[in-house]
Amino acid sequence: MAQQPQQATFAVKVGLAQMLKGGVIMDVTNVEEARIAEEAGAVAVMALERVPADIRKNGGVARMSDPAMIKAIKAAVTIPVMAKARIGHFVEAQILEALGVDYIDESEVLTPADEVHHTNKHNFKVPILCGCRDLGEALRRIAEGSAMIRTKGEAGTGNVVEAVRHTRAVMGAIRALQTMDEDELYVYAKEIRAPVELVKQCKQLGRLPVVNFAAGGVSTPADAALMMQLGVDGVFVGSGIFKSGDPAKRARAIVQAVTHYNNPTILGEVSSSLGEAMVGIDCRQEGFQSYANRSE
Amino acid sequence: MVAIGVLALQGSFREHAALLRRLPGVSVVEVRTPEELMSVQGLVIPGGESTTMALVAERWGLIPLLRDFLSSGKPIWGTCAGMIFLAERAEGTKSGGQALLGGLDIAVSRNFFGAQINSFETQLGAPECLRKFGGEDVFRAVFIRAPAVLQTGSGVEELAHYTLTEQEKDPAERLLHFVCVPLLCLCLTSTGGCGRLWVCVSFHQEPTSDLQWHQLFADMVFAHAGQTAVEQQAIQSSQDALTGRTPARPADLPVYGKQHLALAQ
Repeated sequence: MAQQPQQATFAVKVGLAQMLKGGVIMDVTNVEEARIAEEAGAVAVMALERVPADIRKNGGVARMSDPAMIKAIKAAVTIPVMAKARIGHFVEAQILEALGVDYIDESEVLTPADEVHHTNKHNFKVPILCGCRDLGEALRRIAEGSAMIRTKGEAGTGNVVEAVRHTRAVMGAIRALQTMDEDELYVYAKEIRAPVELVKQCKQLGRLPVVNFAAGGVSTPADAALMMQLGVDGVFVGSGIFKSGDPAKRARAIVQAVTHYNNPTILGEVSSSLGEAMVGIDCRQEGFQSYANRSE
Repeated sequence: MVAIGVLALQGSFREHAALLRRLPGVSVVEVRTPEELMSVQGLVIPGGESTTMALVAERWGLIPLLRDFLSSGKPIWGTCAGMIFLAERAEGTKSGGQALLGGLDIAVSRNFFGAQINSFETQLGAPECLRKFGGEDVFRAVFIRAPAVLQTGSGVEELAHYTLTEQEKDPAERLLHFVCVPLLCLCLTSTGGCGRLWVCVSFHQEPTSDLQWHQLFADMVFAHAGQTAVEQQAIQSSQDALTGRTPARPADLPVYGKQHLALAQ
C-alpha cells in the first residue's frame, strides 16, 4: 500500500511557496521584531542582521546572518523562517540548510559572492528563491532550480517604482508571449537568454511556473495592494515596516491590504493613521546604488 | 447548483477553487467578507498560515460568523491550516495562542514534522468513501509543514493515516501515546439531527490533480443542500459567479510531480 515518503520533491518545494500565497513576508532582525511580525499576521519572516535600508546606510559587505540569531528567531516564532545567502555563495546556503531554515533567499541585497554564477539550487533539499527584473532573469533562476521567484525592486528604498517596473516587465512579457507563434519562441528565448522549454511553459501557463512575490520598496498598504493587482502572489516587506513610526500597526495594515487588495474601501480603512512611513530614497538621485543590477 | 465557498484570506485558496470549478453543478465563491460567507452552502478552509488566517478573520469580525456557519451544520472542509482552525485544541501555536474556531473534537499539533526540509509527499491508502469515485487504492498526499492529529474524540472517524518513519518518531514524550496518525482525517456525521459533516485533512490535496477529495466534499454539500449532483452541467467558467469579481490576475500554477518542473500525470 503506502510507499516510502519522499522529501524535497518539486511539488514539496513549490508547495510551501503556494501556502504563503496571499501573504506578507517580513524582514526582521531580532526576536522582538519576529514576534511583532507574527502577531501582525506575517506568513513568514526573513531573518537578517540589517534591514536593507541599514545596509544602504552603513555600506560595507553584507553577508549571511549569524546562525545564532537565525536559531533564536526560529525558536521564537511558529511561522516559517527564511534567511538570505549571498548570490553564488553555496556554502552559506549549505549552512542555512543545515540550520533548518524553511526557505533560502539567494539575494542581491547581500553583496554577491560570485558575479557570474548563481548557486545550483538543484543540489539542495531546502527550497531556494531568487530575485528577477524581467522574464528572462526569472526563467534563468528557475532553470537553476529556484522554487519561488520575487521581482527584485530596490530593497531599502521605500520606493515602489522599481518593484512596479520589474513586475510589469515579467507580467507584460508573459502577456506578449500569448500572442506569439510557436516558431517565434525560439528567437524570443534567445533574446531574453532563457531556456526555450521554460518560455514555452510560460506561454502555456500564462504565468511563471512557480510562485511569484514582489519585493523591494513596498512600504504602505497601498503599495502592497498595487503589487497584488499587478498580479503577484504575495509581497515581501523589508525596511518598510521596521523603519516606520509604528511597525506593529503598519505590519497589520499591510497584511490586511494583501488579503483585500481588490477592495478600495477596506484599503482606505487600513491605511488610516499609520504614523510615519519610512523616509525613502529617490532611485534617480545621483550616486544611487542599484542592488537589482548586481546580478543577471 | 450549489455554491461552495473557499476562505480566501490567505493561502492556497485559488488551487482549491480551480479544482472545485471542475465539478459539475458547483459554483465557487472566494470568501473574504461576511456577505460572501452568507452566500455559500459549504466552505473550504485552505492551507496556508493558520496564524495569518486567524488574525485577518478576527479583524473583520469573521470568527463569530464562521462559528455560526459551523453550528448551522453546513459542510466544511479544512486542509492543513484549515484543520488547525477547526480543531478544539492545538499545541505548538504561537506564544499567546491563536484563535481557533473549534468545534471539531480533535487535538492537533502544529508543524508537527518540523522545518520545511522535513516536508514530504507520499501515497496513502484511500478510505472507503473515496473509492466510490473509481480512483486507485492509494492517493497522493503532500505534507507541507503539516500538523498532526494527536487525539480524536468520539464521533470522529479516521479516514486515513500515515505511519511515522523511524526518523520522524520523536524520542521526546509528546509522541508516546501515538503511533501513527498524523494524517488525519475525519468525516463526521453527527447523530443528533444537526448533521454536521466535516472533513479535515492535514495534508494538502489541492496541489495535486486528484479531484476525488473535492468530489467527496461536493457530494456532502449536495446532500446537505438537498440536491444531487447534476450530471449534465456545463463545467463552470472560471469566473466568480456570485461576486462577479474578475480580478485581472494570471492563471494558477500547474500540478507538479516529483522532478523539477515536471507536471504530475
